[in-house]
Amino acid sequence: MSTDLGLPSIGGLDLVPTTDAKQTAKDYTSDQEVRWCPGCGDYAVLAAVRQFLPTLGIRRENTVFVSGIGCSSRFPYYLNTYGMHSIHGRAPTIATGLAVSRPDLSVWVVTGDGDALSIGGNHLIHALRRNVNLKILLFNNRIYGLTKGQYSPTSEVGKVTKSTPMGSLDHPFNPISLALGAEASFVGRALDSDRKGLTEVLGAAAAHRGSALVEIFQDCPIFNDGSFDVLRKPETKDQRLVHIVDGEPITFGPEDDKFAVVQRGFRLEVVKAADVDPAEIMVHDANNLELAFALSRLSDQDLNHTVTGIFRNVDRTTYDDAARAQLQQAKDLAAQKPGGTDLQALLNGRDTWTIAG
Amino acid sequence: MTSNDTAVTPSGGEHDVITKDRVVIRFAGDSGDGMQLTGDRFTSETATFGNDLSTLPNFPAEIRAPAGTLPGVSSFQLHFANYDILTPGDRPDVLVAMNPAALKANIGDLPHGGVLIVNTDEFTKRNLTKVGYESNPLEDDSLSDFQVHEVAMATLTRGALEETGLSKKDAERAKNMFALGLLSWMYHRPHEGTERFLREKFARRPELAEANILAFRAGHAYGETTEAFAVTYEVAPAKLEPGTYRQITGNTAMAYGIVAAGRTTGLPVFLGSYPITPASDILHELSKHKAFGVTTFQAEDEIAGVGAALGASFGGALGVTTTSGPGISLKSETIGLAVALELPLLVIDVQRGGPSTGLPTKTEQADLLQAMYGRNGEAPLPIIAPRSPGDCFHAAVEAAAIAVKYRTPVIVLSDGALANGSEPWKVPDASTLENVDPEFATEPNAPDGSGEFWPYLRDSETLARPWAIPGTPGLEHRVGGLEKADGRGSISYDPDNHDRMVRLREAKIDGIPVPDLQVEDPSGQADVLVVGWGSTYGPIVAGARRVRNMGHTIATAHIRHLNPLPANLGEVLASYRTVLVPEMNLGQLALLLRGKYLVDAKSYTKVSGLPFKAEELQDVFLDYLTGTHPNSADTNSTNGSGNGAPLGVQA
Repeated sequence: MSTDLGLPSIGGLDLVPTTDAKQTAKDYTSDQEVRWCPGCGDYAVLAAVRQFLPTLGIRRENTVFVSGIGCSSRFPYYLNTYGMHSIHGRAPTIATGLAVSRPDLSVWVVTGDGDALSIGGNHLIHALRRNVNLKILLFNNRIYGLTKGQYSPTSEVGKVTKSTPMGSLDHPFNPISLALGAEASFVGRALDSDRKGLTEVLGAAAAHRGSALVEIFQDCPIFNDGSFDVLRKPETKDQRLVHIVDGEPITFGPEDDKFAVVQRGFRLEVVKAADVDPAEIMVHDANNLELAFALSRLSDQDLNHTVTGIFRNVDRTTYDDAARAQLQQAKDLAAQKPGGTDLQALLNGRDTWTIAG
Repeated sequence: MTSNDTAVTPSGGEHDVITKDRVVIRFAGDSGDGMQLTGDRFTSETATFGNDLSTLPNFPAEIRAPAGTLPGVSSFQLHFANYDILTPGDRPDVLVAMNPAALKANIGDLPHGGVLIVNTDEFTKRNLTKVGYESNPLEDDSLSDFQVHEVAMATLTRGALEETGLSKKDAERAKNMFALGLLSWMYHRPHEGTERFLREKFARRPELAEANILAFRAGHAYGETTEAFAVTYEVAPAKLEPGTYRQITGNTAMAYGIVAAGRTTGLPVFLGSYPITPASDILHELSKHKAFGVTTFQAEDEIAGVGAALGASFGGALGVTTTSGPGISLKSETIGLAVALELPLLVIDVQRGGPSTGLPTKTEQADLLQAMYGRNGEAPLPIIAPRSPGDCFHAAVEAAAIAVKYRTPVIVLSDGALANGSEPWKVPDASTLENVDPEFATEPNAPDGSGEFWPYLRDSETLARPWAIPGTPGLEHRVGGLEKADGRGSISYDPDNHDRMVRLREAKIDGIPVPDLQVEDPSGQADVLVVGWGSTYGPIVAGARRVRNMGHTIATAHIRHLNPLPANLGEVLASYRTVLVPEMNLGQLALLLRGKYLVDAKSYTKVSGLPFKAEELQDVFLDYLTGTHPNSADTNSTNGSGNGAPLGVQA
């Protein structure tokens, strides 16, 4: 059967009621005292989100944040929107039910590397493949913080933690590769401290209709302090951070000593820009899945070359739009049939008999 | 055959007609033989004819176990009568065996003198050897106690379909319709319905529809023309309560109840579910009713199914999840979250044999304590158990009403026997179903006049909290699994607050009004009370009728609301010398009753994957009534016989 339900291509927020009233970060700030550890990267993300949400122009009461369990999952308490702090790993399932039944909501999931990739790994990949209109913010600090410092599914091999005194053994997930492999229609990445880059990715995610995965590198100053410092320090970040923009050549580094990404066989390589013909430099195309995947694996997870920005952003019918369209189709068909939505007719079925009194 | 035979009427033709009050027929064959379909059709014919009926499908968990083997045997038993019956019948009067495996697996249940109709074509040496028959039972005298009818069904079917041009193999596949035609003739069943059904089922392959109809008619003609069958049987229509009736299975009734609950609550229905035997048919049925505003979401797993349902409830839908025991295990944490969030959620558990994967296609009622207590912390929720297939409808409607009114998850405990069993159902008048207003919160409610919204400020009567759905301006709030401050609803680690909230959640559930327990004791003299719940209703009442017919007095009571329990239950239990609780588990309700009411409830338990038989319970009741049961005297024993074995030894 055809799945073409004749759905128009629309933006992520197009069915959410808007407001002309001026909104500020303060409007989106709840009365709850924020209780993350001093220096936690979550503060930066919270501040960015509070600044960002008012710019969407949608009604605050139509915004919902759903989280799982972990430090980052306290996030909804600190936003004056509707919110649910649910159970470990299951936020995408709750958000799915909500988004399918309520097209007028902007639904966000806040999760961490343990919540999304360990206990909730199954729900994450299925939410992405279904392409439900929800935005998943994956705070990746490569450690379990709330349970006080065990290694996570994104910790590097050999990580010495309370549960792995001789070093962790398991190979980590690459969240971007995983999301792309799960058919995600939108995949982006930003660094917690990069307000501009983070806001750019969040904005594009909000405008995207469908599931969006945004990985946010975020520091845990208590149990994994300085884990992303090489991406922050001026002396190292230029050599390592590769910011990609759709339609633009992929180059990075200081103006006078630029690096470029080129294709070599089936993979990408980083070269000195001066050493190659500019025509050879890869131009980013957010519609190209293979390119996005190659970019996600530009270097191992040693942060040697870390790509930020929007890896993939493609239009694909969303599960929730399609599900609602089927419902409407069924209602339209039933409206043409006598007794189509008559509960009594349904209960009676086709074969009844009557016993007289 | 049985004492119920009432008259033999010479018909004037070749066949005499015997009038009977009730008949039990069992169709048995290979899983590939279409026995469930055959049974379903005979059931529909019987329903249309106006008998009361009850059915018991019994099939293997494997889709196609190796052909011709004992594990591959599938059967369908149907009990129909001219009066109201309560069980699918204990032993068949007529056994149709389509192959040696079906014969071997079922012949032990056929009483002496019973009618056995055998498809001889399958009785080859190879098939006999496969199931361990050393000699052909049709040729030795091992079946001499029965009225055996040997019919070459495959050959006859093939012959009837010769003109159709179907291959031999395809033609033989219609032999179940031949068997149905033969039985329909024997019991004077109307056949227009079956012919119409076949035409619709095979609408895209009219040649197959015609072939099946030809086979069906051939079976009918075979009965009429051959002299092998001397008599046919008449079972007059039952005198049921006046009304419009249809035949329905428990799973279909449950699905209709969920659709109806969308109407009575005025909420869109959202089903989040993961396929699991024996609950999947509810998902299938609901998927057909999108026009009624029912969204069905087949999730990636059980947890996602209930999670999505809860998310939809948060958004103002009626969230529903359907599953069986293993799924309840997986959903437990989310159901606990729903208890903490205090949001409506309908959880349907179609119980099957456990533990673990257990017996997926067999019935059991061993999830009661899991439903009551199977969550971390004090996490009370209402539990309702339907008593018959048609009652699943009313259980679902009522559960939804409670869920919405009290903002709570509610578990409905169905079971495999109800789910797949069917009965004539007096179709309810949809316009008389009671509506429930979800009463969404629309205004700030803070008692201090601050203009804030307090999500955990309770209704003083119901103790339910307000349900403010996203999109409502001014009521933005956060909920979650962490303990809430009473009233205000913000996170609270305060010791006294936690103690108060635990008690408030309990008090809310305890305060849900449920009807008083009704005791059936026609004599008013009974001193033995039999208490049941769920699908044991039928065999318990049938067993009690039998002992009453023998001149004994016995009382029965059926508990539909397992949490909270009826307010008068303690008083009822205390007023009988003996309280006996038959259950298809090891005494879970008995444990609850003993714990809550300090009553020395006796257990009779069986976990064979099959419903109790009326005869079996009759014997148990008699043992208690005559004081011959080892536990019938006052003892401190916590359990009854444990199983049927000691009783069998006594009998």
